[in-house]
Amino acid sequence: MLTILFDGIAYGMVLFVLACGLSVTMGLMNFVNLAHGAFAMLGGYVTVLLMQRLGLPFLASLPAAFLAAALAGIVLERLVYRPMYAKSHLDQVMFSIGLVFMAVAGTDWLLGSSQQIIQLPRWLQGRFYVLGVGIGYYRLFVIGICGLLAVALQWGFAKTRFGSRLRAAVDDARVARGLGIPVNRLFALTFALGSGLAGLGGALGIELMGLDPTFPLKFMIYFLIVVTVGGTSTITGPFLAAMLLGVADVMGKYLVPQAGAFIIYALMVILLLLRPEGLFARART
Amino acid sequence: MSGTVLEQHVRQSLRRARRWHPAELAFWLLAAASFALFPTRFLILNEIAILALFALSLDLILGYAGIVSLGHAAFLGMGAYSAGLLAKYVTADPLAGLAFGMATSALLGLLTSPLVLRGTDLTRLMITLGVALILYEVANSLAWLTGGADGLQGITMAPIFGTFDFDIFGRTAYLYSLLVLFILFLIARRIVNSPFGLSLRGIRDNQLRAAASGVPVPWRLAAIYALSAAYAGAAGALLAQTTQFVSLDVFDFHRSADLMLVLIIGGAGYLYGGLIGAIAFKFLQDAIATFTPQYWMFWIGLFLVLFVLGGRELIHGAIKALVARFPERGASS
Repeated sequence: MLTILFDGIAYGMVLFVLACGLSVTMGLMNFVNLAHGAFAMLGGYVTVLLMQRLGLPFLASLPAAFLAAALAGIVLERLVYRPMYAKSHLDQVMFSIGLVFMAVAGTDWLLGSSQQIIQLPRWLQGRFYVLGVGIGYYRLFVIGICGLLAVALQWGFAKTRFGSRLRAAVDDARVARGLGIPVNRLFALTFALGSGLAGLGGALGIELMGLDPTFPLKFMIYFLIVVTVGGTSTITGPFLAAMLLGVADVMGKYLVPQAGAFIIYALMVILLLLRPEGLFARART
Repeated sequence: MSGTVLEQHVRQSLRRARRWHPAELAFWLLAAASFALFPTRFLILNEIAILALFALSLDLILGYAGIVSLGHAAFLGMGAYSAGLLAKYVTADPLAGLAFGMATSALLGLLTSPLVLRGTDLTRLMITLGVALILYEVANSLAWLTGGADGLQGITMAPIFGTFDFDIFGRTAYLYSLLVLFILFLIARRIVNSPFGLSLRGIRDNQLRAAASGVPVPWRLAAIYALSAAYAGAAGALLAQTTQFVSLDVFDFHRSADLMLVLIIGGAGYLYGGLIGAIAFKFLQDAIATFTPQYWMFWIGLFLVLFVLGGRELIHGAIKALVARFPERGASS
């Protein structure tokens, strides 16, 4: 039972790293980017290719996954995303679904549709037992990294100059712009950072979630749940939402496998009904 | 005094909108002529008619009431499974199946409308998507009833009115779908050009102002949502009856996404958008599938991106220019 809980936490941690970039970009530019999962997939595939083709160790390929996805984020933001900000939500949704479809089919064409696997280094394999609770080394590793990232993000968001500018821009982009905050550049940076984190999450998640070309479609709904339930104005909101989702999903799959993904979707609809503004959102004045 | 003048003015403009434009007559004449023109292509024509009906249903809520939805496949699937199950277990009469599919979908629409009415566009997109996904999972897990991943097999349909049998070439199927589409289109056309339809457009343009001028916003939205669901259910029922098979695919996300593309191609808010979009979409799909069947998804994605980035006005401009070629009847303003 506690083992399942532990697995759920690891899963939730990865979900958080995957989705936190999305929550910030969504809050900052009010932009619905369903293609966020495509960046995660990119990170995952970069890791797989580096390890399989070039024989790089797992740890070295993680930063590469981050950088590749961040770079893709910068380029795409400049070229195709920028004209979309002023358009309606519906247009943005259509546009980013189009990107997802292209990413899915393109990956399928380039690398085939099979599930990708990686060979973890030996010290990350296996599990040990504490008081009868089975703890996988890899899951512990993931929780460690993601936990550090979450703390760092929270600190950066709350304490640094960049973070306070970002919060100001999320609250009211027009006023922030009027005060001389370079909102566009801030956004490009945040977008890159968020995409990079998604890439890292994709790389970390290969072992937990699997990786195949349909990844962006399969997990799109998960990211959206994290963001809509967690709200877009904090780091802790999406974090708690990701934890809740991760634990609920893993538990649901272990305990009532015949219900499938049903639990998650039902949970989302109920949460959105009770709190349309998000579970942990501050009341807007 | 000015109130009655205004009312007369509104009634007159509605009556004017109900008049048939020559281009509309030409469109339906062509649709009827397609029956004689392409005697070997009934199967794809049938698919077009069904997709057009499905798109018409989304247009009713998106184009006229401004409700965005990423889960319209929920109603398509509901109609398809209802009609399929009725045919398999109760009666094989097609019209009964059609009515049953529409009724269950409308009921589902009515039940889910409170979920959709609240929140922002984003919440709506999420909830509609969530409802469709839930139904997919339900259909998948009720394998004893729906056949699960294998699909619902063993549907046989009785002849329509006891005389017109469904043949292997899809002649009857196409005629049936086209007639249903035409009749439902007539009803939709009458509804959107009624005071009710006018109030919907008022809600779409400014919900607050519509509420302030006495429009019962939630009820109107619930009504059009249920109606749209019934239309999608009809499309699903037609799909189940003419292919005599229902699979989980009807609930799939790509159905809803394709549908959006259809409306984006054709344009929303004038009823013909869905029909024209469906024709263009199917021909596009057919053309692309002949040279690269596997990566059709890539091209659909590319089209979506390009359309949103600015290609949309091109097509709509072309349609408007084509319509303008027809001589105007009478002195309408």
